[in-house]
Amino acid sequence: MAIDTLPESSLPVTRPFRVKFGFLTSTPIIAVATVCLVLIILMAIFAPLLAPHDPLLLTPAQRLKPSSAQYLLGTDAYGRDLLSRIIYGARISLVIGLGAAVCSIGVGLLIGLVAGFFRWVDAVMMRVMDGLMAIPAILLAIAVVSLSGASIWTVMIAITIPEIPRVARLVRSVVLTAREEPYVEAAISLGSSLPKIMWRHLMPNTIAPLIVQGTYVCASAILTEAILSFLGAGISPETPTWGNIMAEGRAYFQVKPSLIFWPGLLLSIAILSVNLIGDAARDALDPRMKQREGK
Amino acid sequence: MTTTNSSNVVLDINNLVVGLGRKADAHRIIDDLSLQVHEGETLCLVGESGSGKSVTSLTVMGLQQKGTLVPSGGSVKLVGEELLTATDRRLRQLRATRMAMIFQEPMTALNPVVPVGRQIDEVLRAHTDLDSRARRQKILAMMEHVRLPDVERIFSSYPHRLSGGQRQRIMIAMALVLEPKLLIADEPTTALDVTTQKQILTLIRDLQRDHGTAVLFITHDMGVVAEIADRVAVMRHGRLVEAGPLQDVLRTPKMDYTRNLLSSVPSLVPRAPRPETSEPVVLEANELSKIYRERSLYGKAREVAAASNVTLTLRKGRTLGIVGESGSGKSTVARCIVRLIDPTSGGVRLAGREISDLSRRLLQPHRQKIQIIFQDPYRSLNPRVTVGESIAEGPINYGMPRKDALARARELLELVHLPPDAISRYPHQFSGGQRQRIAIARALALDPDVLVADEAVSALDVSVQAQVLDLLDEIQRRLGIALLFITHDLRVAAQICDDVAVMQRGRVVEQGPAAEVLTNPQQAYTRALLDAAPGRGWDFANFRPVSEGIVATA
Repeated sequence: MAIDTLPESSLPVTRPFRVKFGFLTSTPIIAVATVCLVLIILMAIFAPLLAPHDPLLLTPAQRLKPSSAQYLLGTDAYGRDLLSRIIYGARISLVIGLGAAVCSIGVGLLIGLVAGFFRWVDAVMMRVMDGLMAIPAILLAIAVVSLSGASIWTVMIAITIPEIPRVARLVRSVVLTAREEPYVEAAISLGSSLPKIMWRHLMPNTIAPLIVQGTYVCASAILTEAILSFLGAGISPETPTWGNIMAEGRAYFQVKPSLIFWPGLLLSIAILSVNLIGDAARDALDPRMKQREGK
Repeated sequence: MTTTNSSNVVLDINNLVVGLGRKADAHRIIDDLSLQVHEGETLCLVGESGSGKSVTSLTVMGLQQKGTLVPSGGSVKLVGEELLTATDRRLRQLRATRMAMIFQEPMTALNPVVPVGRQIDEVLRAHTDLDSRARRQKILAMMEHVRLPDVERIFSSYPHRLSGGQRQRIMIAMALVLEPKLLIADEPTTALDVTTQKQILTLIRDLQRDHGTAVLFITHDMGVVAEIADRVAVMRHGRLVEAGPLQDVLRTPKMDYTRNLLSSVPSLVPRAPRPETSEPVVLEANELSKIYRERSLYGKAREVAAASNVTLTLRKGRTLGIVGESGSGKSTVARCIVRLIDPTSGGVRLAGREISDLSRRLLQPHRQKIQIIFQDPYRSLNPRVTVGESIAEGPINYGMPRKDALARARELLELVHLPPDAISRYPHQFSGGQRQRIAIARALALDPDVLVADEAVSALDVSVQAQVLDLLDEIQRRLGIALLFITHDLRVAAQICDDVAVMQRGRVVEQGPAAEVLTNPQQAYTRALLDAAPGRGWDFANFRPVSEGIVATA
């Protein structure tokens, strides 16, 4: 260029690298996964409207009924409506899934940012994280729940703790590369304070990988909650969760296999959807692809 | 000199069109390009970034990104054989045997996990029936031929054990081992230091003379062109601007673009010295040292002095250049002075105040007096922050209200000749030169006494480089700022610096007024650097060799 020309002023003022959600409909499979997840979320939100019966109402006269007009999926061993219990169960699963994802990302982001920036914190923090990772997640969760009593909050915390190291490591690795960027050095020489540098120049780099990691945490939290409930270490048995329903149904598997089939199917669909969306997000937000577009 | 004889044309490109994508109305990256390279001739393809010179070479080799870059018209003939329609299989046979290529970055072009000898061997195994003993003989002979020392050792070395120049020699050996008719060299010396560059250029020229190879040499550096070209072709926006014998193009360029390009090349002859000033000293470095200690599990710690006993003085309104090759420690000195890293010993006095031993907190008020501009404008601006916010960040840090800081950002954008509405845009909407202007505006936002420019124009095209240098000069005259200018490019140093310090292996080997150091160097190293500067015999801006200029003015 002989003259350093300006880009046309008609160029729209766009935010670069803002997370775009167009990838949710990028392929038919992803679109189906998105629809499934949205349906499950709607089901959880409108559970009181959708459920034909009270999920806690015991009707011993109606034990283990097959599907009928009154009980679409039949009843369980205590005569409770299976469909209503499954619909209400989605609430617990999603709250725990989202809650664990948000908590682990929040705490992990903080630890990762600090560890990535201060070397002495890094040495200590990362060894603690290594230690945490060495403990099997389920065992840790069972220990936490049995020590502090089962409630939705303790279960969520129990699931969050083993996920924190993964998030922290991810953030730390992003920060370690980003802090070498000249724009971070420029901010130092401009006299920006450390919190400002972290928040403004380092944190935005971690958003894309964190969204991806968040979906994995969410899926694994839903699964872990179901496992805990199934093992009897989760939320109290009368509360409808997919894991609890399956745990109770185990005893009657030969009489009425649908007690395990339906909650299991929904659990699989939910986890598969979240994982597929996570994969799509990773492809869409991959920094190398971003660079290709950015150049 | 070239004989324009149609019988020995090696590469014949005719009306080549390369489009972006398969559509008929696709944007043309290469538009109607025609070139010929003859046996034993070097054609230099010159152009600024985005001119399509690399796409041309990749298209000839059949290495262009398939599906993205589509040759949609014209022909490329290698010794009479059409390449555009050749099968992949045939192209594979032709590469290495008839045509070969060397790349800019020899570290990434070589496989880091295979010894270099075996990498050359791969070429022979793919294209010849020689047994392993004969192959080894041939490779060692070729390595001797490209003047590598201790060939037996290098044969079994991995690329990271070799220097940049040695790696490029390996690349050349690999390219020429089967004596191809055509050698394409895509910026082969751009990543190398000047002294190494000179050796590689000499090597390519000697090998070409011995083997009669046709060389298509791609470069952006007019100095290199003057050193190696027989003929020159100038490209811009995918079109051929002008082509002709070296002397014709350099002396009597026909097109305005070529003329502008040549006049943008800074002269190696230092500009007329400015009168000495008695302005106050704003920056002083006293015996500044930075030692890196490499601790190992066993044995003694190894010490590397990245900078030792560097003493510099900079007065208000003056420009001090630090020149040297890569690894000479010039950037280390700059970063110590700005306190991006802490010096091991020695002092830095900024406006009379010692800052080298201040803690982070105590340093804070002094930071605003010294600002730095980095080499790569694509990485020195946060892509997620608007231009205005970037510029306003410094003043806001020092307590200026946000509104005033943004108003100041507008003024600064005008100062660096960008429209004030750039304030709400993001860095990716600007070209490299514009981004560097933004970086300059950001550095100026704090009204610093000293501006450190760390290779600030090295990543820019010459014409943009000239504009940014003019801008720095203008700003210095208007604001009386002191400039510490770090560069590897002696031409740039000659045009902008009042004083020059030459660094080698962490030490300042020679220091003094630019006019003296660069015309009458006292040290052997400085002389070697000056000798190696490509195209030192040419005064590009005046379209004549330097010697004629001296005669004319004498």
